[in-house]
Amino acid sequence: MSTPSNTSTTRRDTAGQGTAGAPGGYTVGAPLTDTAAPDGPLETRWERRRLAARLINPANRRRLPVIVVGTGLAGASAAATLAELGHPVLSFCYQDSPRRAHSIAAQGGINAAKNYRGDGDSVRRLFLDTVKGGDFRSRESNVHRLAEVSTQIIDQCVAQGVPFARDYGGLLDTRSFGGAQVSRTFYARGQTGQQLLLGAYQAMSRQVAAGRVVTHPRTEMLDLVVHEGRARGVVVRDLVTGEVRTHLAEAVVLATGGYGNVYHLSTNARGCNATAIWRAHRRGALFANPCFTQIHPTCIPVSGEHQSKLTLMSESLRNDGRVWVPLRKGDTRAPGDIPEAERDYYLERMYPSFGNLVPRDIASRAAKRVCDEGRGVGPGGLGVYLDFAGAIARLGRRAVEEKYGNLFEMYQRITGEDPYRVPMRIYPAIHYTMGGLWVDYDLQSTIPGLFVIGEANFSDHGANRLGASALMQGLADGYFVLPTTLTHYLAAGPFEPVAADAPAVVEAEAAVRARLERLLGNDGSRSAESFHRELGRLLWDACGMERDEAGLRAALERIPELREEFWRDVRVPGSGEALNQALEKAGRVADFLELAELMCLDALHRAESCGGHFRVESQSEDGEALRHDEYFSYVAAWEFTGVGAPPVLHREALAYETVTPSRRSYA
Amino acid sequence: MRLTLRIWRQAGPEARGDMVTYEVPDASEDMSFLELLDVLNERLIAAGEEPVAFDHDCREGICGACGMVINGVAHGPQRATTTCQLHLRQFSDGDVIDVEPWRAAAFPVVRDLVVDRSALDRIVQAGGYVTVPTGSAPEAHSVPVPKAAADEAFDAATCIGCGACVAACPNGSAMLFTAAKTTHLGLLPQGAVEQDRRVPAMVAAHDAEGFGGCSNTGECTAVCPKGIPLGAIGRLNADLLGALRRTRGTGRD
Repeated sequence: MSTPSNTSTTRRDTAGQGTAGAPGGYTVGAPLTDTAAPDGPLETRWERRRLAARLINPANRRRLPVIVVGTGLAGASAAATLAELGHPVLSFCYQDSPRRAHSIAAQGGINAAKNYRGDGDSVRRLFLDTVKGGDFRSRESNVHRLAEVSTQIIDQCVAQGVPFARDYGGLLDTRSFGGAQVSRTFYARGQTGQQLLLGAYQAMSRQVAAGRVVTHPRTEMLDLVVHEGRARGVVVRDLVTGEVRTHLAEAVVLATGGYGNVYHLSTNARGCNATAIWRAHRRGALFANPCFTQIHPTCIPVSGEHQSKLTLMSESLRNDGRVWVPLRKGDTRAPGDIPEAERDYYLERMYPSFGNLVPRDIASRAAKRVCDEGRGVGPGGLGVYLDFAGAIARLGRRAVEEKYGNLFEMYQRITGEDPYRVPMRIYPAIHYTMGGLWVDYDLQSTIPGLFVIGEANFSDHGANRLGASALMQGLADGYFVLPTTLTHYLAAGPFEPVAADAPAVVEAEAAVRARLERLLGNDGSRSAESFHRELGRLLWDACGMERDEAGLRAALERIPELREEFWRDVRVPGSGEALNQALEKAGRVADFLELAELMCLDALHRAESCGGHFRVESQSEDGEALRHDEYFSYVAAWEFTGVGAPPVLHREALAYETVTPSRRSYA
Repeated sequence: MRLTLRIWRQAGPEARGDMVTYEVPDASEDMSFLELLDVLNERLIAAGEEPVAFDHDCREGICGACGMVINGVAHGPQRATTTCQLHLRQFSDGDVIDVEPWRAAAFPVVRDLVVDRSALDRIVQAGGYVTVPTGSAPEAHSVPVPKAAADEAFDAATCIGCGACVAACPNGSAMLFTAAKTTHLGLLPQGAVEQDRRVPAMVAAHDAEGFGGCSNTGECTAVCPKGIPLGAIGRLNADLLGALRRTRGTGRD
């Protein structure tokens, strides 16, 4: 394997240490060696972990309250299950109802190794596909556990009344997703996330009725209380009354989702933010692989300056839709006027065995490449066709409607074009963040008692997440993993009670109040939104689908300046004692401005291409991503040392015992 | 395009509200209705005024957070469309558009266009779930579900809980919402077991929250962004009567 271009890790580390404080500077700390994973045969690790876990009797559980922040698939399933075990659970979400968490928007499906199709699927194969899909930057132990638990998730959800698609015999139907050659994705039309989330929300509602879960909607976590080295509570703001208060418990679970909105335009809901995990990071939790961002290949292209979000079209559309661009540059003919011979079905041409169902990073990069060549379609040339003409001719319009009708309608509403007549136009967009707070095998962060689940942690997807795996991870963590590992942690207690006036509480509350007052009292002229837009554009250009050293260095110069401008010039109208959406927004943008710097630093130091991270300096002769396993086969976990101060890099080496990392090929 | 917005402004639950007029002279037909409000709000902030508060999140028509009465119609003029998916190509240059919050006794106004819909959560808490502990579920294929039942259950389950049905109903009834929930679970073998307990409990919670009764006006289904059919309410009534008949005198609650 070739050595990385002029930026070897050794040099970068030395440079980092030597230039602490300069853009791109960092220091190197002790490696992370304890991931809490059992050793021995991969297939029995989870079983042995469960057997070794301590238990708590139900009478004692009643005295051990747990805080769960976030009510998506991970948070709602965790809250429901922990409450069912007997713990009093305090649940928080910023939305007006837990049912609105952004998991609700996931369209395509959830993977499970059920092998109902008899097409050769197995736990082992799901594990292998996921490790390969993640470009060999995920942990074998975690991924194997995920594949094992996947089958139980489907059983659980069906029992809850999730209306999965069924065939005429009454059995569950499946479909295929990118990165797999088997049909293992269970779905509920184009609204799988909605149905799974409602299942988890209903399970949680049952516990609310039982008095074991207390929900706090329209409440935002603004800090973590760390008392005597353990996470013991959260400082929150009631978004309606503005009241700042602290809730204490035996442990804190963060299930607050991803931070893709740092890019401003993304497929995330508008409210998705990094504040909870970023505050926890500032309190000592390490942040792992922040630059690993998934770009989703099938989103509706940007239509103008006013754009507030990007809308995803399920990847499952590529089961029947064919992706193409004109063969010739600058071909402005209507798609129907371009004969077959003058079209380039580039995914089918480049990746014959997977065709249109290559993984997301591969499909995204290929789309970018053909657009960069000047062959993109639609306004600005930033789009490719996703064409159903063949499927409609083959299956009939009705069959296509049955499978994808709601997605077609959504497309038409947004673009004003009828995808039954003209091909959809799609372009890649920011979708999911594989980075997040570092957790061990037990899903515990580097702060004891702080557990992080779902998209908020970094743990299972490596450098690229396969489609239909996010739902699987959220529910695996919440329903099956956390109840075992959190119990084990709590069984080591009871921990010292925390007084309401303990220094950790007083200090955290004061810090939150000071920050809110500073935002409200600022005599600036610009909206937080305008800073967010500027940051997003900067980050997309420098740290988006394609990154290079010069661009990242320039961004690392610019972001601190932008942050300084923000604090000098942001204007937040209104008061802190009422619903104030401008204040909410400003607080989140302030955190994005800090996180963005760490993302660029992480992208700069990782001088290889892998998964969703494409470094221009590191590519094969044919333009494919080129990993450098001998230098970068590790998780980069960053320690906070102050705003703008050089962070400390802790490496967790990735040991591959059963899989041999290879050049990813989908040809 | 040039649009004039007349928006309901109300500083808090107890404050007096008023319609306030705003001009957006440079709207684009590609904007969503919420993007129009974003543009207006950015200008208000730059001018030192308080932006218009409104609920929104996914902006893909699925989370159910957004919702406002536009020209007298919940979620605006386009059928089966949430406000976030309503685009300005549905309007004409020079239009004057009225924008108001959901108005119903059970949905108190929080601020401007934001209302409190937590009553819907409490209806679900009264029984809108299947009682199944985690980790003890039977193999998924052990209970086949006829495709027709699964599809019909799914159609009901697509309810996003936005509350448009309540806003459109002259009685402020949430019966379409409640019916969607009970229909979804009642049609599946997994949920049917508890139906006789679920339906009366959810209807009782619905009434206790101050939602009005259903008088078959049908405005709810006309504005429902997910097209939940009025037939769901018929099913709810049948389930309710059946449940009351079956459980009468049995000592069950």
